[in-house]
Amino acid sequence: MSLPILSLILFAPIVGVAVILCLPQTAGRMIKMVAGGAMWICFALSAIMFMNYDWRTGGVQFTEIAAWLPDAGASYHLGVDGISAPLTLLMSVVGLSGVYSSWRIDKRIKEYFVLFLLLVAGVAGAFVARDLLLFLLFYEVVVIPMYILIVVWGSTKRVTKEYAGMKLVVYLLIGSGFMLAGVFSLYVLANPAGQRTFDMAALAAQGLNGAIAPEHQIVSFFLMMLGFATLASMWPFHYWSPDGHAGAPTAVSMVHAGLLKKLGAYGLLRVGLLMVPVGFKFWAPMMAAFATVSVIYAAFICLTQSDLKYMVGFSSVSHMGYIVIGIATADVIGLNGAVANMFAHGIMTALFFSMIGHVYNTAHTRDIKDLGGLAHQMPKAAVGFMIAGMASLGLPGLLSFIAEFTIFTGTFETYPVVAVVAISGIILTALYVLRALADALFGPRLAKWDSLPDLKLPEMVPLVLLSAFLIFFGFFPSLLMDVINSGIEPMTPLLAKIKTAATLWGGL
Amino acid sequence: MNISVLALEISVAVLALVLLAMDLSLEKDQPRRNIGYLAICGLTGIFFFSFTRYGMNATFWNGLFSLDDYAVFFKQAFLIGAILVILFSLDTVDQLPHSRAEFYVLLLFAVIGMMILASANDLITLYVGIELMTFSFFILVGYVLTDARSTEAAIKYLILASAASAVMLYGMSLIFGLSGQMNYAAIAAAGLPASPALLVGGVLLLSGFAFKIAAPPFHMWAPDVYEGAPVPITAMLAMGSKAAGFAAMIRVFTNVFPSTGYPWPLLALLLSGAAMLVGNIVAIPQTNIKRMLAYSSVAQAGYILTGLVAGTAAGVKGMLFYLMIYVFANVGAFGVVAAVSRHRNGEKISDLAGLARQAPVLAVAMTISLLSMAGIPPLAGFMGKFFLFSAVIDAGHLGIAVLGFVLSMVSVYYYLNVVKSMYLAEPADDRPFAVAGTLKFTVLFAMTATLAMGIYPGPLSQLAELAAKTVFH
Repeated sequence: MSLPILSLILFAPIVGVAVILCLPQTAGRMIKMVAGGAMWICFALSAIMFMNYDWRTGGVQFTEIAAWLPDAGASYHLGVDGISAPLTLLMSVVGLSGVYSSWRIDKRIKEYFVLFLLLVAGVAGAFVARDLLLFLLFYEVVVIPMYILIVVWGSTKRVTKEYAGMKLVVYLLIGSGFMLAGVFSLYVLANPAGQRTFDMAALAAQGLNGAIAPEHQIVSFFLMMLGFATLASMWPFHYWSPDGHAGAPTAVSMVHAGLLKKLGAYGLLRVGLLMVPVGFKFWAPMMAAFATVSVIYAAFICLTQSDLKYMVGFSSVSHMGYIVIGIATADVIGLNGAVANMFAHGIMTALFFSMIGHVYNTAHTRDIKDLGGLAHQMPKAAVGFMIAGMASLGLPGLLSFIAEFTIFTGTFETYPVVAVVAISGIILTALYVLRALADALFGPRLAKWDSLPDLKLPEMVPLVLLSAFLIFFGFFPSLLMDVINSGIEPMTPLLAKIKTAATLWGGL
Repeated sequence: MNISVLALEISVAVLALVLLAMDLSLEKDQPRRNIGYLAICGLTGIFFFSFTRYGMNATFWNGLFSLDDYAVFFKQAFLIGAILVILFSLDTVDQLPHSRAEFYVLLLFAVIGMMILASANDLITLYVGIELMTFSFFILVGYVLTDARSTEAAIKYLILASAASAVMLYGMSLIFGLSGQMNYAAIAAAGLPASPALLVGGVLLLSGFAFKIAAPPFHMWAPDVYEGAPVPITAMLAMGSKAAGFAAMIRVFTNVFPSTGYPWPLLALLLSGAAMLVGNIVAIPQTNIKRMLAYSSVAQAGYILTGLVAGTAAGVKGMLFYLMIYVFANVGAFGVVAAVSRHRNGEKISDLAGLARQAPVLAVAMTISLLSMAGIPPLAGFMGKFFLFSAVIDAGHLGIAVLGFVLSMVSVYYYLNVVKSMYLAEPADDRPFAVAGTLKFTVLFAMTATLAMGIYPGPLSQLAELAAKTVFH
């Protein structure tokens, strides 16, 4: 295929930014339409890319290479494999839904959409990059726009938005400081001077060969883990996440929980597991244990939350725990489940935040008890809440069920204890989701909310789009799972090789 | 003896004298803006001419003065810095009560001092360069006689810089006494045995450099002097004086020190770690933007020093790359500070409140410059840190790289406080924000350069690599 489809996907939001910059501040509607248009193009191209990805052949497809920084061995190298193709699709869906969930923004519209599209472009770049330096570049780009989005357009509830934004930035960036040191040490150690490269495939090949001494791999991976696991909000590095969610405007919460956290998990997998496998294996039991704590601890906190957004924020910490457990298994089935859950949870949590955003925009409260029986006034939003909630508790027929089931199947082999404990998290999830939905949607009808409007056309876009993905892939999971498996299956030799590698605590 | 080796220094000196003569020929109350324009044009011409100096690799007068690609690279950095600083200082100079033309002239003499430092291949040349630069700065720092803070800064700088020079001179005399040589190559050839006197001499010399680059514990002057000096001079101190100190220091580290028996890179490691820690942590509570930038420049010196810890060509390349992009980040930041200080008559971080509303271009330029200093991609600072820290990791010092990366992320905290003030706070008044076209052009240019060298660092990185190789003999 000669069309540089990945570059187009990456540059669609950036071109949108350029166009918006040329529009006057007052042309609010036009700005929103340009942002929507850019994301529709991005989404359509991503869908075409996903459908044309040939999973029977597998491997990296739609490759594009151009010279960039030859003396450091870095190039502008894009490509997707079975892992990044679904995540790129996820990026475009959540980005598009985010634009429509921001339709009611009326303050400093121009700056808002510029920053939002930059945020989406950063995520897009990180998912399609096949060059590690390019990946880092996009990975780091996302934090600053997010900070400005939170402090200007965010909301102050339990903590001020300034505090929430700064906490998020400080956590993520300090984590990424460690991560950068880890990644650059991997880069330096993998090849001798003069032959160094940032090419992901070459570095992964060095990982398979064991080019880096195990003790160096252990240090490198530990540093990377501090960064990637912070972004993936693994306990005890999750502390920034719930406040960050609660302070952020709707679309930013959607991107943040739906995409950024996945970026952390993607980093653990793509950079950690593939490039420093022995180091990964060494720390894997600790990650599995911490992630299990995330699952249970965050689920317990969800049970007591009165603010809907805090509840979903903690629930995303809990769900990310499943994903990290899946990755930590270093097992084909577990990894398949983890990637599938990245996709499923990204869609589900974006839907949740989008619906909460609508409720908050109209009712100006997110207090669960205070909402009473919102299903009376907002039947459409209630549908969205129900779909997201059912996906969250893993109802069969929705995509999340398949993903979580696969993770647990994989985990039983490697960490039976973890699997048992983590599965109990599902019960807790059911408890807190059903409690929240019952209290917020199906309580007594409150007259004070009678004047609230239900979802209008712009807000229907996220609802329809995201629900469609959850249901469609829930009924036809193999359309997704085959693609993912084509990305995971080739790792089998690597996974077999590190099966016996030394681990912390001798495994669990 | 080939006098054309000195062509760049001579042409800047001639330019300075021409400006002086022009000033004399003007009436006392006539404006001096044109002299500034002439200085810019002249320096730009010299800058383009300097490209012809690449590849010469010649020395002058028995190795007193060395014009290798390394020196040319630094000279270009100084010239760019001077051009951009004069461009954004035109308005500031117009407001000076007296001696407006001499401002440009003295700035050019400071630049000549820096250019000599970059070529210094001999202890005497080194000292001459340092003194020429420092003397010009004594006057420039205290330029506004009516401003008590400016005068205070000048006195502090005079006393401390003189003390540092004396200390450095003492170190030089010890080294000369031990080796009987002044020339770097000759000192190295003398093969000094390890001795306490050599250690003392080396450390004293090093502390002189540490003063110039503002590395702890020799950084105390920086916040006070940066705060008191006129904004363009602060900018020139932060990038020019610092880069010149590094230029001389790298040559001593690569040409003289390796022949002695002491682990000098270890000292660089200590200085570097201390600079990163002190700079980044003390910058956090600052409320004055110039003081904040002063501490941030201490931290930047720490990052740059890691190149000397590595001690390899890759490390020096990282330093050259970083110093060049630091010029642009500094011009962007100080240019905005100059505009705000003129308009709002204050230099507190809170004086930048609402800048995004009143002058969005300046706010964006400031944000990009600060984030580049913090090392956020896709800005040039990220690439600079990549070159520096990957070199130092390659040399086996992972610890200092971790410290550097983490502290540079800590620095985002205080940089973002400025960003928050610009984007979130309400402006103090509704007066339309008057910005001179030249200043706007300068910060836009600096911002574009910062972005361009972050996204496409290839050419500059190759040039820096070429230059770095020539300093190793």
